[in-house]
Amino acid sequence: MNFYAIKSIYSFEMARFFRTLAQSLISPVLSTSLYFIVFGAAIGSRIEEVDGVSYGAFIIPGLIMLSLLTQSISNASFGIYFPKFIGSIYELHTAPVSYVEIVLGYVGAAASKSALIGLVILGTATFFVDFTILHPVAMLAFLLLTSVTFSLFGFIIGIWSKNFEQLQMVPLLVITPLVFLGGSFYSVSMLPPFWQTVTMFNPVVYLISGFRWAFFGTADVNIGLSLTMITVFMLLCLGLIGWTYKTGYKIKS
Amino acid sequence: MTTTTAFVDRVRRPAHLAVADLFISFFEKTIMAAILSIQNLSKQYDSGFQALKNVNLEIEEGEILALLGPNGAGKTTLISIICGLVNATSGTATVGGFDVVDEFRKARSLIGLVPQEISLEPFQTVTNALHFSRGLFGKGRDPALIEDILKKLSLWDKRDSKVVELSGGMKRRVLIAKALCHEPRVLFLDEPTAGVDVELRKEMWEVVRQLKADGVTIILTTHYIEEAEAIADRIGVIRSGELLLVEDKDLLMRRMGQRQIRIELMQPIDRIPDALASYNLEYSEEDQSLTYSYEANGERTGITALFSDLGKAGLILRDVETRQSSLEDIFVGLVEDK
Ligand SMILES: Nc1ncnc2c1ncn2[C@@H]1O[C@H](COP(=O)(O)OP(=O)(O)OP(=O)(O)O)[C@@H](O)[C@H]1O
Ligand SMILES: [Mg+2]
Repeated sequence: MNFYAIKSIYSFEMARFFRTLAQSLISPVLSTSLYFIVFGAAIGSRIEEVDGVSYGAFIIPGLIMLSLLTQSISNASFGIYFPKFIGSIYELHTAPVSYVEIVLGYVGAAASKSALIGLVILGTATFFVDFTILHPVAMLAFLLLTSVTFSLFGFIIGIWSKNFEQLQMVPLLVITPLVFLGGSFYSVSMLPPFWQTVTMFNPVVYLISGFRWAFFGTADVNIGLSLTMITVFMLLCLGLIGWTYKTGYKIKS
Repeated sequence: MTTTTAFVDRVRRPAHLAVADLFISFFEKTIMAAILSIQNLSKQYDSGFQALKNVNLEIEEGEILALLGPNGAGKTTLISIICGLVNATSGTATVGGFDVVDEFRKARSLIGLVPQEISLEPFQTVTNALHFSRGLFGKGRDPALIEDILKKLSLWDKRDSKVVELSGGMKRRVLIAKALCHEPRVLFLDEPTAGVDVELRKEMWEVVRQLKADGVTIILTTHYIEEAEAIADRIGVIRSGELLLVEDKDLLMRRMGQRQIRIELMQPIDRIPDALASYNLEYSEEDQSLTYSYEANGERTGITALFSDLGKAGLILRDVETRQSSLEDIFVGLVEDK
């Protein structure tokens, strides 16, 4: 294992994040604040408690998830797509590194960034609502697990994308709808039975539900099931990355 | 002699001879083993295009090989396969005895690559770019080494500049610096002096010579034939994916090179006298001169006979001049007529 290589890639990626720290943080913090003002304060005051939690607090886990997913995917996909686009990726492929080091470096950095942003949003939330986190360790674990898993997913999008349009399509067309329909702003139990069944095919439901359990101890689905789903998705991503590099699919001619 | 018979011989012979055998096989390994060995390498791209056709090449440690060939000949493809950027369709390559696919970590640790295209992270500073490269190759920071490399390549003044702020020639030198900062034993330079001004090109040749003096093996591609003439030990010529020849530069120039004698006459002539027909002379009316071409390494050059026949034909000479064909003439001849 080439640890210097992992460190080089990781610190290079993190340096980019800190160089543009303001941009990296302002947009997620701003949009979350807007959500809190609109959904939490304006609309939320007219909505009764959900599962014994005030509506403002209820949407926190979903909002953080929304940022975690979009940030993980965009950071990781951009991180590996950009060197591919400008050609500087030649250096990775001529260095004594295997895909394991490349993935650890890029995905590690992307996951670190989005986990940081998630925590900043959590901090922002404390300015708008009062809440206590029931299972802080589980909350952190879920946050990290989600960041890593979706950074892996973003990495795949980055190496498979042929152009910038493809790079942006998946987060825009797939992730955002899944998160909105995944119970960020409501409890699945509020839906009619038919839509409840449909919702169960949305993988994001399991993430948000598990994350909400870590905060408030209540969930739409069993926490064990949530963990299983995210682990399965992570293994799927790992398998795909391994296969991509083994076969050189879209990497080498 | 195959390995098994060698082994049997060794067993049957007295002990002191067996020891001698061991020494011999050790030296065979160290001296004979080429640092780079390419066997039956072929590449067909997904488009169906055959870019390399059964290339075989051995390169000794410490030599400078210049690969010449027209655009699209397959030079970059060959380099890319050895460096791990392109998969070969068939055949093998080893660097330092390590297979470039099966033992890629060991092989690649020995290799530095300066790609043909300028491809650099635009917002990194020059120094950071070098630290990054060294790290990728599994080596710890070494600011002194990096300072040394930057100075050698006249980039020291630009060490804190972002790559995007550099000129094209400077960017190319950053690429070279990046390839050097993990102290490679084999360096591939894919058109290293494209877009570099004349003075800097000479400076870079000096860098290449220094690297050679340090024992680094260098494979370079170039379209400037005077570059190959100036620094290469051996010349390889590729055309349409085939390695047409690989030969010692001096030998090649002696073997393939033609010499010419230009003979200026005192008076113009209407036609070349019949007595001189066998020499295939060319007459130029413009400067009243005859040109005689001969193989530089021919057994008999025919010069003595020519001069005596010139005298017999009654021609009076004003001046005589000889010239030798350059590598460029040889190269153009090779690529065109095969
Ligand atoms: N990825 C690819 N897919 C299909 N064909 C390719 C690919 N890369 C190169 N080729 C083809 O292979 C041939 C050899 O290309 P290569 O880049 O090795 O040439 P070269 O000798 O380096 O030329 P130049 O002097 O212009 O750099 C060319 O005909 C090129 O079109
Ligand atoms: Mg080329």
